[in-house]
Amino acid sequence: MSKIAIEVAGLGKEYHIGGPQKSYYRLTDQLADMVVAPFRRAAKLLRGQASSAAELDETIWAIKDISFQINTGEVVGIIGRNGAGKSTLLKILSGISDPTQGYADLYGRIGSLLEVGTGFHPELTGRENIFLYGAILGMRRAEIDRKLDEIVAFAEIDKFLDTPVKHYSSGMYVRLAFSVAAHLEPEILLVDEVLAVGDMAFQRKCLGKMDNVAQEGRTVVFVSHNMGLLQQLCERGIFLQQGAVHTDGTIAEAIDAYLQTLEQAKMLDLSQRTDRKGLGKVRLIGADVTNGSSAILRTGHPARFVFQVNAHIPGMACNFNVYDTIGQPVTSFQSRVRGPEDSSDPGNGLKFVCELDELLLLPGRYRVDVAIIGDNRLQDFIEAATVFEVGEGQVRGRPVQPDGKFSVSMSHRWTLPGDR
Amino acid sequence: MDKIKRQPTGAAAIPGKDYLSVNPYFPLRTRRQPSKGWAWPKFRELWEYRELLFFFVWRDIKVRYKQTILGAAWAIIQPFFTMVVFSLFFGRLAKVPSDGLPYPVFSYAALVPWTFFATALTQASDSLVVSANMVKKIYFPRLTLPIATVLAGVVDFALAFVVLLAMMLFYGLAPTIKVLWLPLFLLLALITSLGVSLWLSAMNVQFRDVHYTVPFLTQAWLFATPIAYPSSLLSEPWRTLYGLNPMAGVVEGFRWALLGTNTAPGPMTIVSAVVALALFVGGAFYFRRMEQNFADVL
Repeated sequence: MSKIAIEVAGLGKEYHIGGPQKSYYRLTDQLADMVVAPFRRAAKLLRGQASSAAELDETIWAIKDISFQINTGEVVGIIGRNGAGKSTLLKILSGISDPTQGYADLYGRIGSLLEVGTGFHPELTGRENIFLYGAILGMRRAEIDRKLDEIVAFAEIDKFLDTPVKHYSSGMYVRLAFSVAAHLEPEILLVDEVLAVGDMAFQRKCLGKMDNVAQEGRTVVFVSHNMGLLQQLCERGIFLQQGAVHTDGTIAEAIDAYLQTLEQAKMLDLSQRTDRKGLGKVRLIGADVTNGSSAILRTGHPARFVFQVNAHIPGMACNFNVYDTIGQPVTSFQSRVRGPEDSSDPGNGLKFVCELDELLLLPGRYRVDVAIIGDNRLQDFIEAATVFEVGEGQVRGRPVQPDGKFSVSMSHRWTLPGDR
Repeated sequence: MDKIKRQPTGAAAIPGKDYLSVNPYFPLRTRRQPSKGWAWPKFRELWEYRELLFFFVWRDIKVRYKQTILGAAWAIIQPFFTMVVFSLFFGRLAKVPSDGLPYPVFSYAALVPWTFFATALTQASDSLVVSANMVKKIYFPRLTLPIATVLAGVVDFALAFVVLLAMMLFYGLAPTIKVLWLPLFLLLALITSLGVSLWLSAMNVQFRDVHYTVPFLTQAWLFATPIAYPSSLLSEPWRTLYGLNPMAGVVEGFRWALLGTNTAPGPMTIVSAVVALALFVGGAFYFRRMEQNFADVL
């Protein structure tokens, strides 16, 4: 029988947002509030409105009533859209912030890795930072001493060990930080999307390390947007939606449920969606993929992506990424990188149109994440702004079959050995 | 926040035993739950993280005078030039009495502990805000930040103190056996600095006004402390009351232990010690109450 490593019961976290009570406010504001609040309340009572604390204080539950148990040695992936409460949950588990209700019990030494490299001091050398960062993460000095060579070798920075890290390239910086964290050997490891750093080769190396950690029977809780990665690392998945547990099961079940809700989100009018990032001077209000004439997309046939925005600002650009059903990235398009056939058409309204002569995706379902950039800042970002289905077709006359594994087809030509 | 209950799981609790988190047979249970009001400061956790405290102190010392031309000389320049200014204006022009000592030594002996206190105050009050990124992303005892900042000032203090010894030599003043009391006054200076720093650093997280208030606070406090003038200007009981400013007790104690002024530890020192302790304990509790929100507010 396996032992419990993490027990979460009725966990909830309430944040104060906007409203008259800011999350942090000046002493003068507080004093002013003390004077004004009674009058405001009295005025409301006179008007016959019920007075409650809630009207003075706008709050939002980042997570609410979350309960689950994780056994020792389980590797659990937490998935969910932006703002679903994944990071809040990890912050509570790692002790950074307090829950508002419920509790979480953790059995064993806890290591958390929510952001790689916070805690590094630019003026200190690589070696010094290894000790400093290790201590911040909760490692003993003797432990760091013992693992120093291993950490340096893993990060591949041995030549620069005694150089201040402010002279490091960002890649080296991240490698060193991850390497220290990877050698932390806690019984419970909490990891937020930190593998999305460094170059591909190093990412692969980190993955290997994470896999080892899991093999050694440690408990790992892992937050990521990369479904392929999660499928590779985790057995179990917990899908959070709007701060509550939507699905708790095998990683495949959780991912399925997540992808389904992503598709359901598509049904919603884009302008109604709140799970978006960016400054918001421009918002994406429509996204559609068609086959030029008919609505059915086919492999090898033309395709037309149309993104409608609600405003025009200078230097506006549109990026979109295409993902397959398990969330593996397939391809991306960027309007800022210009080609000779690009044009702008003021008569087109506030639309970005991206046309493909040949859609080279294999039959299957794909989702599109869209980012709108303007003023050199991210203005809007929506996951699964639209989902489209590609039907069977032909690439240059060659029939293309659906395939569960691959996503892309290329036009090509064979030369076969003749049968004399 | 997390009440660390050192209790073995799956086995009967053995009372009086302390199970370290690394013991695999009795895994430590850490509970995350809403914190309610006032609670005990987490000194035990601070002790467990003493190595981190050491590294923070070491980092602060190493980094303090990076990219300055004069480097650690700043630790001496600050109190020394204040002494020169005081000697000119208060000593020469205003003829402020100095308990029968050469005015420069008289004021510098007070400026050494004072500079330690003022620097601690200024830097520690910003310590949490400056490390906001870390506080929001990593869990470690928050107490380590202000405490390490205060402790890092000890090096500056030592440097300035060497200059004080040189000045005493110059004026032909030899310390007596009373110098054995000095560590006690040092401790008092440390407790006062820690106490005030805990209050200000925690307050600064919520109210950034603190950042702008500290320069005024230190300036006013400088003149409210018998640095440029002796406390012997006051008669009893006012002198005892003066001890309510704990730095008054520190400064006069320093002068007595090193220079043999007639400010032997008395009622004023006791009042100062009590106030310093109260500041420290109150600060620790206030910090504990506020720290649960640090990550959310920063």
